[in-house]
Amino acid sequence: MNIFKSILVLAFAFLAVFGEATLSAPRTWLGAQIDLLPALMVYAALNTGLSTVATLAVFGGVWFDTLSENPLGISILPLFLVGWLIQFRRDLILRDLTFAQFVLGTAASGLVPLLALLMMLSSGKELLLGWGSLWQWLVMTAAGGVATPFIFRVIDWFNRRLGYAERVESSFRLDREIRRGRQ
Amino acid sequence: MFKQKNYVALGAVFLVAVVLLSLPTRATARLKLAIGSWFLPLFGLASAGQQLPADLADNLLPRRELLKEVNDLRRENQQLKSQAVQTETIRRENDQLRALFYLQRQSPWHLKLANVIMRDPANWWRTVRIDRGSMQGLTNNLPVLSADGCLIGRISSVGLTDSQVVLIGDHSCRVSALVENGTRDMGVITASDPLDTSLVELAYLASNVNLKPNQTVVTSGLGGIFPRGIPIGRIADFRPVEYGLYTEARIKLDANLGSLEQVWVLFQ
Repeated sequence: MNIFKSILVLAFAFLAVFGEATLSAPRTWLGAQIDLLPALMVYAALNTGLSTVATLAVFGGVWFDTLSENPLGISILPLFLVGWLIQFRRDLILRDLTFAQFVLGTAASGLVPLLALLMMLSSGKELLLGWGSLWQWLVMTAAGGVATPFIFRVIDWFNRRLGYAERVESSFRLDREIRRGRQ
Repeated sequence: MFKQKNYVALGAVFLVAVVLLSLPTRATARLKLAIGSWFLPLFGLASAGQQLPADLADNLLPRRELLKEVNDLRRENQQLKSQAVQTETIRRENDQLRALFYLQRQSPWHLKLANVIMRDPANWWRTVRIDRGSMQGLTNNLPVLSADGCLIGRISSVGLTDSQVVLIGDHSCRVSALVENGTRDMGVITASDPLDTSLVELAYLASNVNLKPNQTVVTSGLGGIFPRGIPIGRIADFRPVEYGLYTEARIKLDANLGSLEQVWVLFQ
């Protein structure tokens, strides 16, 4: 497993949470703030190990809850559950296809806020919910889906530029060369 | 097949989440403040970045325009000075009358300016964070006003250098308000639609209220947190609810909660 990729994922999660707290443009134009953590979780589940998925769920969730009024730790389980499920079936997913990334990102971005809301409502929290929340959920889901392929490309680009290059093994080996003719 | 280590990871993450969720409120608040301080350098960078275009624009302003602005400000300053003298006379007169009628003396409120450094990243809360904390004398439940003096909320938690402000329209910021009409009808500002930050609900008004659109709504002073008379907004519309048992009105807020940059914290 590439440790640099895991560090990149965590750094992106930190910046994503900070961006969500400071950039008010999506809220002004679309009426909802976009959450990029589920999209990052899709990337982590398809490209890194389970330890990175768990670390991203814990740190990403705690960072998000810290800057929010959410109870501390409420975002950890929804994030991890999504990552865990994708990791479970990742051998069957065509992870390099943009459409597959989009579908997984959409599903994750829709599922994570729903699970977090469900947990908070069941613990008796009074949340700001109404018909407008349905629009906000749709915006979060669609934007998360659209952002996922971009996140794949951006993290892979950083990984190629800053990380160690992957060792490419050629099928040609000197010790297996068949020499014809007389020596 | 799923390996055993996957179930171990699931168990470990579940345990971390349960431990964090079951922490006492005070410990959670401290932990949130400690982890939130990791973001402080980024907040500093972001505010410096926002300030840069404004500084550049200031440098590019022609001298003639700056002189004109200085003259305008001097004139406004003179007007405000004369108004302050009049207000001081009225305040003294008010104190004398209060003393004559044995009414409790009103202590003056002070204002402290703060910058909004972030908004709640979740869509189901309405809070902002400001760059003033307990080191600057801030405490819980102090009223917070917009730059032009309209109510926007109250302080819900205080850190050393920053504080969380819960805005009106959130479930945890209920304000007792009165309509400035002949009957001075009173109600409670409650939660609003999550999509529209400019409107809030004024609930529990009597069924026979004398409401009209555009009537001013101010704080009533009841409840002990918000002093009386702070402007909140204007009546947008109203309707009877619960089979005419009471009336509910929608208030168009005077402050724009979507674009808060600087706020005033009110303290005694």
